[in-house]
Amino acid sequence: MNSPSTPAMLWAALRFPDLSLQLHQRGGDSLLPVIVQETGNPPRILSCNDAAAKAGIKPGMAVSAAHALTPTLQIRTRDPAKEAKALAGIAAWATQFTPTLSLASSNEILIEISGCQRLFGGLRPLSGRIRAGLAELGYRATVVLAPNPTAALLLARDGVDTSIDDRHALRRTLARLRLTRLDQPAQTVAMLGNLGVHTIGDWLSLPRDGLARRFGQGMLDEIDRALGLLPDPRPPFSAPQRYWASLELPAPVQETEPLLFAAKRLVLELAGHLAMKQVGITRLKLELQHAHHAATSVLLGLSAPSRDAGHLVTLLREKLATVRLPEAVEALTLVAGETRPLGSHNQALFADGRPSREERWRIVERLRARLGVEAVHGLETYPDHRPERAYRRTLPGQAADGKSELQRPLWLLPQPRRLHASDRLVAMDRPPVLLDGPERVESGWWDDYDVKRDYFVARDSTGAKFWFFRERSDSRDWFVHGVFA
Amino acid sequence: MSTLQSILQNPAIWRGDEQARVALPSIPTGFAELDGELPGGGWPRGVVSELLTERRGIGELSLLMPALAQLSRQDGWLVLIAPPWIPYAPALAAHGIRLSRVIVVNTTSDKDTLWAAEQSLRAGNCPVVLAWPTSVNEHVLRRLQLAAEEGGSFGVVFGEAMRAALPSPAPLRLRLGVHQGRLSVKILKRRGSGLTPTLWLDTEKKKPEGEKTLATPSTVRFRQPIYASA
Repeated sequence: MNSPSTPAMLWAALRFPDLSLQLHQRGGDSLLPVIVQETGNPPRILSCNDAAAKAGIKPGMAVSAAHALTPTLQIRTRDPAKEAKALAGIAAWATQFTPTLSLASSNEILIEISGCQRLFGGLRPLSGRIRAGLAELGYRATVVLAPNPTAALLLARDGVDTSIDDRHALRRTLARLRLTRLDQPAQTVAMLGNLGVHTIGDWLSLPRDGLARRFGQGMLDEIDRALGLLPDPRPPFSAPQRYWASLELPAPVQETEPLLFAAKRLVLELAGHLAMKQVGITRLKLELQHAHHAATSVLLGLSAPSRDAGHLVTLLREKLATVRLPEAVEALTLVAGETRPLGSHNQALFADGRPSREERWRIVERLRARLGVEAVHGLETYPDHRPERAYRRTLPGQAADGKSELQRPLWLLPQPRRLHASDRLVAMDRPPVLLDGPERVESGWWDDYDVKRDYFVARDSTGAKFWFFRERSDSRDWFVHGVFA
Repeated sequence: MSTLQSILQNPAIWRGDEQARVALPSIPTGFAELDGELPGGGWPRGVVSELLTERRGIGELSLLMPALAQLSRQDGWLVLIAPPWIPYAPALAAHGIRLSRVIVVNTTSDKDTLWAAEQSLRAGNCPVVLAWPTSVNEHVLRRLQLAAEEGGSFGVVFGEAMRAALPSPAPLRLRLGVHQGRLSVKILKRRGSGLTPTLWLDTEKKKPEGEKTLATPSTVRFRQPIYASA
């Protein structure tokens, strides 16, 4: 039992057993047999998917042998740099749970969660959330919770999800663990095997000083750390300032939905990253890589910062619908642009049901994503006597709430239209009935848009009300300029 | 007898001889005669209404202005999708509409118009969604109606009076005409009861005070033909 002065630590180890294969599978399911080969001579199979396993392929086999088993074999080569990048991406996503993280190896992440388990409603909901989150990102992992990082890692290598939070249970569980799981040379472990020492329990029953003399202090220390007898410091992981990540698709894709499926994985990762930094994104770039053409860029601009993965994916969907792809897409890259501070969503004590600022902008962004930025605008009044200059387009929501006392039509024609005997808007079978006027508008001699008009309100024979004017220049022509509606 | 009375009090029972008073979330139209005929006592929210006009410019927008002015005091957007002409900001302001709440969406096809309408109706933060598609069908209106139910918006789809004969899933359908400067409103369909006689509304008098009143009687004609010789 821990004394109250030293708060109990709790570490989660996330182990990705075949990360190299998972990287090729998270972009979408492939029904074809896929293997990942390790470069070497001869190249050997590192891991394979279910379809390949069904064909009789096993890890460790020579690639040439696998070729003989199935003709449709898809071969991918392991890329340790990509794996490291992917692991850092997962770690960045996980920073939303806790700031204390560490990359333990090329496929293992350690997270210290004692501080945040209360926030997420306890151990079980928290580990469930981590598991579900990883599945959404497209990864499979063994998740083990234990009081110290070494124990969590060792148990995770057994491939079974467990959670242990007291010392006695930890000692019992570790006693059954095979020595092969330790970070020790295979030679040493084999030598111990020959002596009949197979598990940590066997090891613990032997005299310590003899073990230290024969097998070195290193092994003794590792087991002591796992038991919580020695301190176990870990180098902290620091998330990159700017997020970008790529994902390879299992097969070239042209349709929007499979593209979005893959993009969503990256967006979720980004969302976790943003949550830790307490920011929202205002610019986002999705690059679609092709085999022969230059990459297609999909740029997203948001009016209000957001880190809601669902919203971002919706915007990407609308944007993708307007993009013409020159060729099928082979891989995606998501690059985070500008960010702005965005507080966490605190639940109000008294919900007032008012939409937040961010929510209010969502519909505007969605409309703009599909129809274009120009297509969605606000309106404001502008102090100018010339009717066509008395209003202005604004950014949505930016308009000043003006006031106007003049009698003006609700509709303004984009251009004043010269009135003809057979007008398609105004019924001209009988002369329109004058209701109001004239109102003289004479202005604008200073800016090359000189207006000299007399405005009238009149009703045509069908009862529709219009806004007419008569030029006060030489022509004295009649125009229709608005509809009262 | 008292048991029968209490049964009849049940709001689920509708008696065929009266208009059902359903507690629909509504917004007063600003016209008492019209409010009296509409099931919830005003423009229904969470519903797509169809306004079918015999021709444009007869007062179909003025009819909505009191409700729009009121809804613009709330949070959220007033969305105008594919308006036939430019919604004129000074006139909207004169009707008491808060311009900072208005967004205009211009589209190039009916497909985009209806898509934008559906998105806005569903968003839940657009109390008013007005759309001017060139044509709609039953299927599209049903989709819009479902979206409006979800978002609780006051949705209006404008159309031509010719469409009155076609079936529509919109719970409220009005046909607007004009005669001698007065707007005629015929309720083609409403929730809870049958048809009504045509209402005659004066949309003119609803203008806020301080506006220039007509100086000349409305029978004065243009002295000369106001059209150019074609």
